[in-house]
Amino acid sequence: MKTESRLEKVLKSGHFAVTAECGPPKGADAAVLEEKGKFLLGRVDAVNVTDNQTAIVRMSSLAASTILKGLGHEPVLQMVTRDRNRIALQSDLFGAYALGIRNVLCLTGDHHCFGNQKEAVGVFDLDSIQLVHTVRSMRDKGQIIGGEPIQVPPKMFIGAAENPFADPVGWRVVRLAKKVEAGVDFIQTQCIYNLDRFAEFMRQAVDMGLTEKVSILAGITPLKGVGMARYMANKVAGMDVPEDLIKRLSGVPKEKQADEGIKIAVETIRKVREIKGVAGVHLMAIEWEHKVPEILKAAGLDKRPEV
Amino acid sequence: MIVAELKEIPEIRKMIDRYSSILVVGCDSCVAECAAGGQRETMLLAAALRLSYAKDNLNPVITDTCLDRQCVDDFIDRIANLVPDHEVMLSLGCGAGVQALARVYQDKPIIPALDTLFIGETEMRGVWQENCLGCGKCKLGHFGAVCPVTRCSKKLMNGPCGGSKDGRCEVRPDIPCGWDMIIKRLDTLGELDRLNEFVPPVDWSTSHSGGPRRVIREDQKP
Ligand code: SF4
Ligand code: SF4
Repeated sequence: MKTESRLEKVLKSGHFAVTAECGPPKGADAAVLEEKGKFLLGRVDAVNVTDNQTAIVRMSSLAASTILKGLGHEPVLQMVTRDRNRIALQSDLFGAYALGIRNVLCLTGDHHCFGNQKEAVGVFDLDSIQLVHTVRSMRDKGQIIGGEPIQVPPKMFIGAAENPFADPVGWRVVRLAKKVEAGVDFIQTQCIYNLDRFAEFMRQAVDMGLTEKVSILAGITPLKGVGMARYMANKVAGMDVPEDLIKRLSGVPKEKQADEGIKIAVETIRKVREIKGVAGVHLMAIEWEHKVPEILKAAGLDKRPEV
Repeated sequence: MIVAELKEIPEIRKMIDRYSSILVVGCDSCVAECAAGGQRETMLLAAALRLSYAKDNLNPVITDTCLDRQCVDDFIDRIANLVPDHEVMLSLGCGAGVQALARVYQDKPIIPALDTLFIGETEMRGVWQENCLGCGKCKLGHFGAVCPVTRCSKKLMNGPCGGSKDGRCEVRPDIPCGWDMIIKRLDTLGELDRLNEFVPPVDWSTSHSGGPRRVIREDQKP
């Protein structure tokens, strides 16, 4: 084991891992995390805490991770390079480890033009792969960027995201290989709706031997209805929502669409489990955390391993 | 070259209304190429201001002149005879031209008439493209002569983000994805292998993050 991460133990011992996302509130209310978190407690191996997702100002992921940790969760601290330079990022990594956080997900982040602070300066001092490399050097070499030694290195289990559906398509696996080379331990993918394209991505990753070096968790986001499906298809960067899925949802009455969305999510989980190289699932049930137990139960994933 | 755009007349007027004599000073270099501040635009702006003031029954002295280059002292000296007769200079140079005037004529207020945008290229008449942020350590050799610092909206160094779609940037569909361009170009050249290597964090100290930059070339000094 490289770290004291529970997620690492689950993956290393060969269990099919389950993680879920929990978005911090748009405000300073810790009770919101308690409320959302109670649906996930004991049901997932780790909880991803998003970092000002879609560039909207929220409670910091470091603070929210710490609060969730206090409630008994195993947090995955998400970190975007959009808002903070390498000084702030490395300093937050020290702080996170000191506060008992053992997993980090390194991201570049959505561009700030999508959020509610469009006039902000985009920092982008590092990119996500450089951040992965930075965390790995901190952990394994005990060095910050530039080579200065660290007294107590933050021993983090290092994650990154990958989008099998973005363009240029041929490039996605190359970029994954770069992340592996930089030192990533686990990958959580973009929401999967196009299973064929995802299977192709996994096939390439397996062929290149990447899945032996990195655990890939398939991203799942239940669709709440046909409106959300269309929005994801047309408005969200890097999403691939096939037309037949939109048709399937519009084929059921409005009040049944949420259930249909959950059914699709459960089917997707079942199907990705069959794909070689998939080590787990990552549920991004955006503002639908209370549905996670139901989805996991239906998918036969409601018992988490003791590790 | 430097690409700039003329500010709106009301914005300019807010800054110069307090003066009664205005010397409008153009620059016939970069900002002439991008049709923002050359001889023609300088005359047009002076005329537009006269008209705008006349509507308000005001009649400030407005003289226009154009320098070959507003960022070079030898050229700036050529308007020395006009300067004393005017309270203010309204510059149609880029930000560097404005500041050069201010350095040479220390007791004169200098007001910018342009918004200085970027270092770019004239793709065709009427289309200018930002191409370089002047980062001080040119990396184009690695990226097939397409600049990731400038052309990727997130300054990514190790490949495209997850938002690239059909060769377009996630930021706006009218922006080509810089990384799509890099990959296509290196593919054409048969040099995709350049991208396999991990690019470590960039040294931004050579860019503006290192404070204002200055080049001194002893061999060029008089
Ligand atoms: S790498 Fe730097 S110097 Fe070269 S084109 Fe890009 S911004 Fe300009
Ligand atoms: S879409 Fe392309 S240009 Fe835009 S931020 Fe992503 S990689 Fe950069």
